[in-house]
Amino acid sequence: MLEDYLRNRLREKEILLMTHIVLGYPDFEASMEIVASMVLAGVDLMELQIPFSEPIADGPVILHANQQALAAGASVRACLDFGREAAARFPIPFLFMSYYNILYRFGVERFAAEMKDGGLQGAIVPDLPPEEGADYLQTMQGHGLNPIFIFSPATPDERLAYIASCARGFVYCVARKGVTGRETEFSSQLNGYLARCRRATNLPLAVGFGVTDRRDVDFLRGKADIAVIGSQTIRIVEESGPGAVGDFIASLR
Amino acid sequence: MKHRGYYGQFGGCYVPEVLTATLEQLEAAFNTARSDPAFWAEYVRVMGEYSCRPTPLTYAENLTRHFGGARIYIKREDLNHTGAHKANNVMGQGLLVKRMGKKRVIAETGAGQHGVATATMAARCGFSCTIYMGALDVLRQRPNVFWMERLGARVVPVNEGSRILKDAINEALRDWVTNMDDTHYVLGTACGPHPFPEMVAWFQSIIGREAREQIQRITGALPKRIYACVGGGSNACGIFLPFLDDDIELVGVEAGGRGIETGQHAARLSAPGASEGVAQGYKTFFLQDDDGQMRETHSVAAGLDYVGVSPILADLHQKGRVRFESATDTEVVQALELTMRTEGLIPALESSHAFVQAFKEAPHLSPDESIIINQSGRGDKDIFTVADAFEDPAWRDFIVSTARRYTNA
Ligand SMILES: Cc1ncc(COP(=O)(O)O)c(C=O)c1O
Repeated sequence: MLEDYLRNRLREKEILLMTHIVLGYPDFEASMEIVASMVLAGVDLMELQIPFSEPIADGPVILHANQQALAAGASVRACLDFGREAAARFPIPFLFMSYYNILYRFGVERFAAEMKDGGLQGAIVPDLPPEEGADYLQTMQGHGLNPIFIFSPATPDERLAYIASCARGFVYCVARKGVTGRETEFSSQLNGYLARCRRATNLPLAVGFGVTDRRDVDFLRGKADIAVIGSQTIRIVEESGPGAVGDFIASLR
Repeated sequence: MKHRGYYGQFGGCYVPEVLTATLEQLEAAFNTARSDPAFWAEYVRVMGEYSCRPTPLTYAENLTRHFGGARIYIKREDLNHTGAHKANNVMGQGLLVKRMGKKRVIAETGAGQHGVATATMAARCGFSCTIYMGALDVLRQRPNVFWMERLGARVVPVNEGSRILKDAINEALRDWVTNMDDTHYVLGTACGPHPFPEMVAWFQSIIGREAREQIQRITGALPKRIYACVGGGSNACGIFLPFLDDDIELVGVEAGGRGIETGQHAARLSAPGASEGVAQGYKTFFLQDDDGQMRETHSVAAGLDYVGVSPILADLHQKGRVRFESATDTEVVQALELTMRTEGLIPALESSHAFVQAFKEAPHLSPDESIIINQSGRGDKDIFTVADAFEDPAWRDFIVSTARRYTNA
């Protein structure tokens, strides 16, 4: 179980790292190379984004990566196969991240069956609030997969509790309003929000959006269980190639 | 969140969590306004003072004679301030923004019509205003960009995706998820997450409410059919909805582009190319590939060049209550030419789609029957696009010589 895995890891490490990559960007071979170096550098779990043409929750860096991957012909089929291969090769949990249309067109049941069969642990679907996801929730549960839901600073307490009641594995707390990839000021201003998140659920908490360096990760120690690094690793790959990823990850903790 | 804006199986509210509270707040403000008769009265008053409402219903005597069938009436949304029905939605949302106490508005625009309308509203209401516009559209629609900027709006060209309307919507949503505390997103059509389809359709229903009263006063009866072009679907919803319970045929006309068989079109409901999907916050028929990636669309009319369609119309399509047809670019230019020559009216290229289908059907109806065409906007404002569509050689020379003059200056 994902939650058990996370709890076990948390006995050894104060904070876990989850990274995010866009599959097929710049190509699938590079994606696999990036996964390999991330795992080697000690990443605890990964989200693999299946590119979509209308990624409304993503900022410039990930948006660009989505478009380039699609332009290079990244198909849903190829992404599913990639996930299966990664899960078979590496000993950490993998999640798919994508927008709901990708699952909807593929067939939610078929998508979940593929995930289960391929050894994936769950999915993050940022444009699917639990209210719209009755089918999805049921299907994920049926396959023993983890639907990862999202808390935001704009979410009232009552709704945090509702979302928590649908969540499995962990909850993804976005650190601020806005899209991925913009700067976040990790300061005491976040404490109130993170405390609200903590009160709303017993599940482990992941915090993402704007985590870029060791200082950010240090700030989250003791307040969250998982730091999520998304756009920054993509920037590193763009600037210095897949080879630079390992050192970057190692520098975070 | 109880009612999430479903029309049959379409609609809904598929947005990132961070927007949920904002949409709930908007829904609450909208519901309060809608149940307050003073709000609608205020809206009607503003539209009368600022935008020539009620717009006339014009009897097209010459076109009627030309086709020798049904009597043709034209609902003149082109006479709105800024030249299209977009003004209705924009002023309505502006009144709501005042009630919500927000100070900044953002909008997407394709052709620029909705952007210009939003910029006028923002200027009048004292809001700061940012308009997102696909970079390709910025190039194609410079005159509207000029007006938006003169009106005090900031126009942001969107260089992502296919750099057209849908990409401008995505970018506006990205701004909104960041700045929703003081910012309202003035969505321009009856699409997007709940409550937008319902709210935009409600403001636009002023078209149909007037037309219903006018046609009965003029002809003593309801029309046989009503024709409207369908981009996102707001002018069509606006004229159709007040007639929904009547025994009359409602016809939506989509962009057939270079022909359905070429794949270069924006026909989502009138042809089999589209399929159900979820994007831009709602569920409807989208032009997409098997993986669910959105396809490129094409129309001579930028305002119809969109991958999705109002969930309200998708539902009415499925229920068989509205019939959908398409008109090709070529047919559209011909209908526009005929309308100009016979009536001296200049419909927008978007609106001309509705004229095409009405012209095909009018001869088969009886002179005792009447039909209404919704002229959603005026074409003279889009002189660059229309002149291009007509491939007018003298216009071309004029542009070339003007360019030369600028280059030498
Ligand atoms: C004149 C005119 N008609 C129609 C449309 C299409 O929009 P809708 O389908 O929402 O009425 C537009 C959009 O820009 C327009 O400018």
